[in-house]
Parts: sequence; C-alpha cells; structure tokens
Amino acid sequence: MRTIDVDRSLCDNHGQCAIAAPEVFRMNTDGVLEYEPTFDDALLDEVEEAIDVCPVQAIFLKD
Amino acid sequence: MTRRIAVAGASMGGLRAAEQLRSAGWEEDIVVLGQESHPPYNRPPLSKELLAAPGSAAEALAAVTLRQRRTATGIDWRLGAPVTRADLSARTLTLATGEELAYDGLVIATGLRPARVEVPGPRHGRHVIRTIDDTLGLHRELCPGTRVVVVGAGFIGCEAAATATSLGCQVTLVEGGSGPMERPLGRRLSDGVRRFLAEKGVHCVSGRRVVEFLSETGDGYDAGSHLRCAGVRLSDGTEVPADVVIEAVGSKPNTEWLAGNGLDLADGVLCDESMRVIGARGALPSVVAVGDVARYPDQRTGTGARRVEHWATPADTAKIAAPALVAGLNGEAVPEPAAPLPSFWTDIFKIRIQGVGSPALAERIEVLEGDPDRPAAGAALGYYRDGRLIGAVTCALPADKQLHYRKLVTDAGVAARLAAV
Ligand SMILES: Cc1cc2nc3c(=O)[nH]c(=O)nc-3n(C[C@H](O)[C@H](O)[C@H](O)COP(=O)(O)OP(=O)(O)OC[C@H]3O[C@@H](n4cnc5c(N)ncnc54)[C@H](O)[C@@H]3O)c2cc1C
Ligand code: SF4
Repeated sequence: MRTIDVDRSLCDNHGQCAIAAPEVFRMNTDGVLEYEPTFDDALLDEVEEAIDVCPVQAIFLKD
Repeated sequence: MTRRIAVAGASMGGLRAAEQLRSAGWEEDIVVLGQESHPPYNRPPLSKELLAAPGSAAEALAAVTLRQRRTATGIDWRLGAPVTRADLSARTLTLATGEELAYDGLVIATGLRPARVEVPGPRHGRHVIRTIDDTLGLHRELCPGTRVVVVGAGFIGCEAAATATSLGCQVTLVEGGSGPMERPLGRRLSDGVRRFLAEKGVHCVSGRRVVEFLSETGDGYDAGSHLRCAGVRLSDGTEVPADVVIEAVGSKPNTEWLAGNGLDLADGVLCDESMRVIGARGALPSVVAVGDVARYPDQRTGTGARRVEHWATPADTAKIAAPALVAGLNGEAVPEPAAPLPSFWTDIFKIRIQGVGSPALAERIEVLEGDPDRPAAGAALGYYRDGRLIGAVTCALPADKQLHYRKLVTDAGVAARLAAV
C-alpha cells in the first residue's frame, strides 16, 4: 500500500486528478475533492499521473 | 558507448519529456539545455496569483517551481545554456557558449515567446508575460491608481486585466479584432465575459486596434529613444493614456535554432501522431517535439496538424513522444499513439472557465446549461463540428460538472478512428 496527502490549502478543486486516477480521487456533487489516502501499489502509475496533472501541485506521495 | 538524448528547452515540456524518457526505460544519458537560468516552473500563476502577490523573487520561484518525479534521476540540467543551432544530419547542437554537443536522440521543447505589437513608438514601459522575471518586473509597476492598457483579449490579456484591476489599477482592455477569448469560447460566451469584465471595472474597447504607442512628451514618437510609453493611439484616432502597457497578442514558436534542416517550421515544428518530427523524407526516428512548440495532427477532430498552447499539452505530448523516441533509437516499432484530449482553464476575478476538446474549431455552439450572457452565474456550452460534439466549456460550475461534460466529449469519439471503421 502507498499513502498520499493532498494539501487542502493548495487544492483548488480543479478535478484533474479525478480524470487521471478515478479510483483514488473523485469530485463530489459540490465539486469538492474526495480521495483515498492509501491505495494499492498497482495504482501507482495512475497516481503519479494525477500528481503531474494537478495544476497547483497539491498532491504529495509519502515515502 | 553510452548514448545521449538531448532535450532543448527546460520548462514543463522539457521536464515532462525527461521524466517520461526514464519511464519509457531509457537508462542512458539525458541532458536538458535551457535558456532560462531557473529550473522548470509553472507558468499559469504568472498572470494570476503570482502577478497579484509574488513576494520576494526567491519566494516567487519557490511557489511555482515544478516538482520532479522521483524516478527522474541522473538528468544533467544545463540551465542558462540556450541552443543556437542544430545539425540534424551530424546530430550535433551548438550552444550559445560556442560549445558543440553530440547527441543520439533529440527532444524539441523550446516553446513560445510573446509576439509584440509591431507599431511605432517607444519600447520602455511595455510589458509581456511569459517568464517569472516578466511577472516580477510587471508586479512592481502595478499600484493602486496606475493606469494600465492591456493589448489583446486572449487568456493572458484577460487574466492580466483582471489581476491588475484587483490590485486597484484602472485598466483598459483593447480587444483588437475579436472579443475576450472569442476564439476558444465563441461569440456569445465572449460577449458574456466582456459584460462580466466590465461589471468588475475593466474598461473594454472593442473593434479597434492599437496603431501607435504614445511617448511621454506627447509630440510624436521616437522608436530609438529611451522615452517611456505614455499610452496608445487606437485605429479610430482615440488616445488612451497609460502608465503601464501589457502586450498580450499571442506568441511565436522558438524554432529559429532548427533552421536549415529541411523541417516544416511554418508554425512550430511539424510532427506525426507519435510526435516524431517530419523531415524531408518522412518522420525522423531520432527527433521528437513536445509542448507548445509542436504542431501535430488533431486525431480527435480530424482537421489537420496544429499547435495546442495549453498547460496539459507538455505532459500529454511527452507521454507519446518519449516512448516513440526510445523505440526509434532502439530500432523498435513505435507504439500506437494516444489521441490526447486537449483541456484548458482560466481564472478571472475568481470565476473559473474550463474547456475540453477543440471548441475553437466548432461550426455550431449550443447552450447545455445556464446562461452564457451571465457567465459568473454558471453556464456550460457544447461545441459541434460535422454534427459531433468536439468540445465543451464550463464557466463558474463545480468540477464534477466539468467532468460530466468532458465525458460527453470523450464519448463522442475520435474522428480519425471513426473515419477508419
Ligand atoms: C502567463 C501564462 C499563463 C498561462 N495560463 C494558462 C492557464 O491558465 N491554463 C492553461 O491551460 N495554460 C496556461 N498557459 C500555457 C502553459 O503555461 C503552456 O502551455 C506551457 O508553459 C507550455 O510549456 P512548454 O514547455 O511547451 O513551453 P515553454 O513553457 O514556453 O518553455 C520553453 C522553454 O524553452 C526555452 N528555450 C527557448 N528557446 C531555447 C533554446 N534555443 N535553447 C534552449 N532553451 C530554449 C525557453 O526559455 C523556455 O524556458 C499559460 C502560459 C502563460 C505564459
Ligand atoms: S487536481 Fe489538484 S487542485 Fe484539482 S482537485 Fe485534484 S488535488 Fe485539487
């Protein structure tokens, strides 16, 4: 398992992460980000992608 | 002997290319050559948050520096080292220092520079926004009460006008030939955006161009002098005084260094679907292009090759270009390229406009929800070509709506593939 952290003070609810890694990130009906802080190693590529496409670099992969 | 891939351009395109080369299994040398002395940084804030409040130069750079993937190791960054010439048959680059650098594979990621308003008048006091230094220099001149003229009403012009207004400046936006962001958004939404800008205090001037920059003394101009620009004269003769002028009239691809190699440099660098650069005898196996400088076939609309100047483009194109280059250098077959879906956003006065697909190529535009005449209250529009949805734009709607409309565009399919079946 891997862990991520989204810095809510940076996150601007762009929703790009939810396109790249829908299993981990989703936008609720208020347009606010919800995410799984831990995820399976198999999803690492997708999550790396989500980190790349976040326009404000709010997503951090831990260790 | 170890082989070397040289990446020309050390912004987002160069960074994403280097990262994707490692992800594509390239373990040999990567050298990135950048004109700017800064490490790769994020440009969208340059006309928005950072222009509003940059802090010190060090704080500004820290706020926008792009994080690099942990897997992107062993990359030789040579910053402040512009490439002045390339010889694609000898596979060498010449740097501004005079140094020659041999390579096996080349990534072109030299992006764009701002176009200038080519009319007579003094240069001093006129700004563009492309680099962090541009933003820091411009910010220092934007004080409450400063009279600002913004020339050009594309994304950057509208954002700069909004940011300067929020800093207390008196802003005139000279639109030129088309309305605010009219090319990507279409006429009706553009008119709505103009109304919104006007409500927020931006004075929009439509249908007139700048024909001259006025000089301080007010009696004519002197292009060679140190006189400061004191305003603009419009095509109908009106004079608009200004303390600061911001030129936002589009951009020019940085391709001069590639001249003399038989490439099509008419507008950026022409590539195939795999981002391989097209030479006199077809796609080159050892040269790819990424980001704003690349002109590549738009498979989704089937309307020929074009450049896509959006933030998502460097990452999208690097993911296609890197495996194609590695395959080319290893003599392997190039993987089937993806057909990226372009996307963009802009923030003006705290409303966000987001787009997907290619709305600029629409033949017909329909309102999907809300009222485009009042964009700040929420609206979505669909853009159609040959009866197919090729783009969608949302204004001031939550991100889940944007994802919904994006899906509709994705579901409408890829023209090139629809035609093939
Ligand atoms: C002010 C501003 C705001 C923006 N806002 C948004 C937005 O809100 N949403 C959006 O979707 N997009 C936005 N964009 C667009 C986005 O930033 C670009 O699409 C992106 O920067 C393209 O990256 P690139 O690496 O292809 O090109 P560039 O960022 O232009 O990088 C090219 C690099 O190559 C260097 N270079 C040039 N010539 C040479 C040479 N001969 N040798 C070596 N190096 C060279 C340049 O100095 C530069 O560092 C904005 C752009 C700007 C300027
Ligand atoms: S892409 Fe970034 S800003 Fe957007 S919702 Fe995800 S974390 Fe937040």
